[in-house]
Amino acid sequence: MDAPANKISVQGLKAWFGKNEVIHGASLDIPDRSVLAIIGPSGCGKSTFLRCLNRMHELTPGAGSSGKMLLDDRDLYAASVDPVELRRRVGMVFQRPNPFPTMSIARNVSAGLRLNRVPGDHAEVVERCLRQAALWDEVKDRLDAPATGLSGGQQQRLCIARALAVEPEVLLMDEPASALDPIATAKVEDLIHELKQRYTIVIVTHNMQQAARVSDRTAFFYLGELVESGPTEKIFTNPSEQRTEDYVTGKFG
Amino acid sequence: MPLPADILPAAAVSARRGGNRGDRLYHAALQLLGGAVLAVAGLVLLELADVAAPAARRLGLGFLWRNDWDPVSGAFGALPFVYGTLVTSAVAIALALPVSVGLALFLSEMGPRRLRPVVSFAIEVLAAIPSVVYGLWGLFVLVPVLRDWVQPALARALGFLPLFQGPPIGLGYLAAGVILAVMILPTVTSVTIEVLRTVPASLREASLALGATRWEAIRMAVLPFGRAGIVGAALLGLGRALGETMAVTMVIGNSPEIHASLFAPGYSLPAVIANEFAEATGEVHLGALAALGLVLFGITVLLNGAARLLVAAVARGSARSAR
Ligand SMILES: Nc1ncnc2c1ncn2[C@@H]1O[C@H](COP(=O)(O)OP(=O)(O)O)[C@@H](O)[C@H]1O
Ligand SMILES: [Mg+2]
Repeated sequence: MDAPANKISVQGLKAWFGKNEVIHGASLDIPDRSVLAIIGPSGCGKSTFLRCLNRMHELTPGAGSSGKMLLDDRDLYAASVDPVELRRRVGMVFQRPNPFPTMSIARNVSAGLRLNRVPGDHAEVVERCLRQAALWDEVKDRLDAPATGLSGGQQQRLCIARALAVEPEVLLMDEPASALDPIATAKVEDLIHELKQRYTIVIVTHNMQQAARVSDRTAFFYLGELVESGPTEKIFTNPSEQRTEDYVTGKFG
Repeated sequence: MPLPADILPAAAVSARRGGNRGDRLYHAALQLLGGAVLAVAGLVLLELADVAAPAARRLGLGFLWRNDWDPVSGAFGALPFVYGTLVTSAVAIALALPVSVGLALFLSEMGPRRLRPVVSFAIEVLAAIPSVVYGLWGLFVLVPVLRDWVQPALARALGFLPLFQGPPIGLGYLAAGVILAVMILPTVTSVTIEVLRTVPASLREASLALGATRWEAIRMAVLPFGRAGIVGAALLGLGRALGETMAVTMVIGNSPEIHASLFAPGYSLPAVIANEFAEATGEVHLGALAALGLVLFGITVLLNGAARLLVAAVARGSARSAR
């Protein structure tokens, strides 16, 4: 193969809540082990796009989608695909940190393993994932303490560790740093650099500098339309669309 | 309570002038009403204590753990009634809790949307049935079914436990417990639904995104989060079961004895008070019944207090994690 394989390929995706269509036909490719940033003003369909990729969107009553979404060239929405199985391959980190408040730090990380009935005490996996999430040194002495005792930034990195523990192939991150302070944000961004060696990452962000810093490719959504997608450098320095240029230079949004 | 007729217009006028006087009057009225409720409860207690006093002097604290009751020969022990009340309530909660949690999950999380209103209506109907009707249903339907089918089957399967030994007669602790279970089902279910509503949606999403099925998400995130609140719901149901009189009186067998077997007839605190108060002979008998009332009051207050604390703890917990 000469070109890098596409991990994900989206063709003509439409998505709706009841009668309200919120994504009007989006097509883009995401190469394996790359970071795609999704930018755009609030309410333009970024989260919905992300949630179509792990089929969380269809869990909202009345919500649905059409079009083709391929993961490793296989249709995500084929009848043979079990969405529960799929979500173990496509992990997700949410905007607000949501560790399980009734579980300890270690058990939060191993929650997905217990779900999959992986035997053992998971201590190794817990350590590896907490190290990957750059949280190990801060929590190694209190793995059995409740997760709710951590700061917001630590909780978010714990959620990343939890998502990594089931060894997904793709990691979806919906504004993972928007509730964090600058130091915690920098840690999460460093982490994304690390993780893209092994995972394909799709990150929604409101923050233009963040998109420029962490991503290889960028997609700009506006009012449910995928206006433009391409290499991050091109989107930020020489976009093809006037609307993209206006947005990335801060003329609106 | 008759309010002075001019309070309301006066409040309205002062509200127009600046509002302070109206607010004060309103507050004062509320405080008066709240105080009146407490005062009534206090008076009831005092009156009960007054009636109970002769019995307390004669019988002493031993009244609480004596296990015989025979007014004719002057034997007054509270234990058979306390035991019957607690055992029937425990049976009720053991049966009602799993069903209620299942119904609450069905109504709030899992059930087909079109069936939910039907089930919800059925539960409301249960709550509206008068307790004497439950008692009749118990006598004519439940007791024969228990006697002819359920108790023989239980004795065959679990007869090695003292709980399920003895002749199957239908009337007794088990019948009372089953009726109570049906009667408290609406309370426990609706409080459990409220508790489930306090579980943040983000926790459910976290489980689903890890590859949990809906049921696994409930087991992993929803139930653990709501655990204390569900215990609170159970205790509220228990509070109702403890005080229920009519239906229990009709099926418990009304015999002041203590038996290990659930098949045996027994008695409960409210039932004996209702049955014997009108024809109580002498102030000691009357006083003993009043003392039983105080015991029931104490048990109920303890349980309701515990339930409220637990539910409040859950509310605080969900507020904390929503931040
Ligand atoms: N649960 C929902 N039910 C109905 N409409 C929704 C729901 N979630 C989002 N929407 C609508 O879908 C559109 C896209 O929302 P979203 O994907 O969350 O945008 P973004 O993440 O870019 O801010 C918005 O117009 C929003 O109002
Ligand atoms: Mg969003």
